[in-house]
Amino acid sequence: MELILDHVSHSYGDVEVLSDISLSVGSGEIVCIVGPSGCGKSTLLRILGGLEKPDAGAALIAGDPPSDSLNPLTYVFQDFALLPWRTVEGNISLVLEDHSVRKDKARAIIDDVLARTKLSEFANAWPRQLSGGMKQRVAIARALSVNPAVMLMDEPLSALDSQTRELLMDDLIELWGQVGFSACYITHNLAEAVRLGHRIVMLSRRPGQIREIVDIDIPLNERIDFPAETAAIQRRLWEAMRDEARAADRELSDVA
Amino acid sequence: MSLDATNERPQATRRNVSDLQQSTQGMVKPVPFCGGGFVHSRHRFIAPLLFVVLVILWEIGSQTGFISNIALPAPSEAAGAMSDLFETGMIWKHLSASLYRLVVGWSLGSLIGVFVGLAIALFSLVRAGVSPFISALFPIPKIALLPLFIIWFGIGEGSKVATILFGVFFPTVIATYGGVDNVDRNLIRMGQSFGLSWMSIVRKIIIPGALPAILSGFRISASIAIILLVAAEMIGAEYGIGAYILMAGALFATDQLIAGVAMLSVLGLTVGWLISRAERMLLSWRA
Repeated sequence: MELILDHVSHSYGDVEVLSDISLSVGSGEIVCIVGPSGCGKSTLLRILGGLEKPDAGAALIAGDPPSDSLNPLTYVFQDFALLPWRTVEGNISLVLEDHSVRKDKARAIIDDVLARTKLSEFANAWPRQLSGGMKQRVAIARALSVNPAVMLMDEPLSALDSQTRELLMDDLIELWGQVGFSACYITHNLAEAVRLGHRIVMLSRRPGQIREIVDIDIPLNERIDFPAETAAIQRRLWEAMRDEARAADRELSDVA
Repeated sequence: MSLDATNERPQATRRNVSDLQQSTQGMVKPVPFCGGGFVHSRHRFIAPLLFVVLVILWEIGSQTGFISNIALPAPSEAAGAMSDLFETGMIWKHLSASLYRLVVGWSLGSLIGVFVGLAIALFSLVRAGVSPFISALFPIPKIALLPLFIIWFGIGEGSKVATILFGVFFPTVIATYGGVDNVDRNLIRMGQSFGLSWMSIVRKIIIPGALPAILSGFRISASIAIILLVAAEMIGAEYGIGAYILMAGALFATDQLIAGVAMLSVLGLTVGWLISRAERMLLSWRA
């Protein structure tokens, strides 16, 4: 299955946030979208997942999602979006209940995703007891439980401290090695993009347009061994983005 | 730098306090502490103790004639009136009549209130249509409508229950839809993105999220119900705590009046305690 944005433009009132964006996320591929703050990254992701309708153009799905995929397009949110009144386990079963996966089958799925995200011993913990990193692991486990065709990740590591971020990046790479999920990964952190992205799409300042697309051929799990190459790509991206970021920083904004 | 490196730090760079004191000739002082106060600590026994002390002072004042018996009866007299109630068994008649009105009126009012509050919060059409009415009717003292209630619901239990019901209904509606409005939008968006049905989102995300606000609404509405109980029992009630207080007031039997008021207080405390229990049970995730 392939997720495609076809010439998408979108405005909030008079403010144009996205302008003529076309891109695609193939299966097993992680596409990172980077850009200065307020460039419409999050809007783009909401359009991709069907939470928002674009003014022009369309989000398209090519091919059928795998038959065992309960929720083909699944979000991972920056603020985790865990229900505080449900335990770790309960938060995962929440999204299974509505797809009429119950009892033993649900149990098996929950145990599997908890094991994959190294959360097995926290199954009965409340969200308030968990650190930020653990909360995001729960959210990732929840996303994996519905077997998504594409994960839509909206700055998933931005609310975490830098050490936790490193750990979670390693975990995501390991997870990708096991499951081979596809993802559209929004971030403003170039280091994350360079570590996790098979392809990096750079957006310009508002209205967001595609400025550059960089493909990185180094396999994800080997990138740590090529610090010079990845650093060079990161540097090049930053050179291209710096002026935009500076201008964006000095902009008045009425759009949330 | 690794952690071990700190152990190898040359001794010369370390100075201990006594050295410092010598070299600066006693100029070393601790930083003045200014972070005290404004923090609550638990004092479990203060309230009961204060209560007992006040009652004892009151009793002494009455016995010595400092407090005129006409102005305020002695606590012992009020206690006498209370024990009369127990001896004659009248307390159970009054209490059961009042509790019946309170329980029926409050439960129905809360139930309808929660439903209407949810409807206002969930459907913009209902919100646009109904919420102005709620705002218009909330501030009307329900006691003022008592004559109307008597005509509509009869002079018996109906009008009394209705007074409490209406008094409870409005704050519950407002607490409920305020609570739903404050549920984290992102949690709802999460539910939608995972393909949860509308009913599931309401049942598993919106209602639990609004529950803290609804329960604190219950706390307020229960007090309103007790206030209105006395008002409702003003007319045509033979038994009931309110009726007992009003009768005592009419006869200027101030000892009985105090006994009745004490019963209301105990009722209020009990209800507050029950709601605290409910909160602890239903909101254990908050801790």
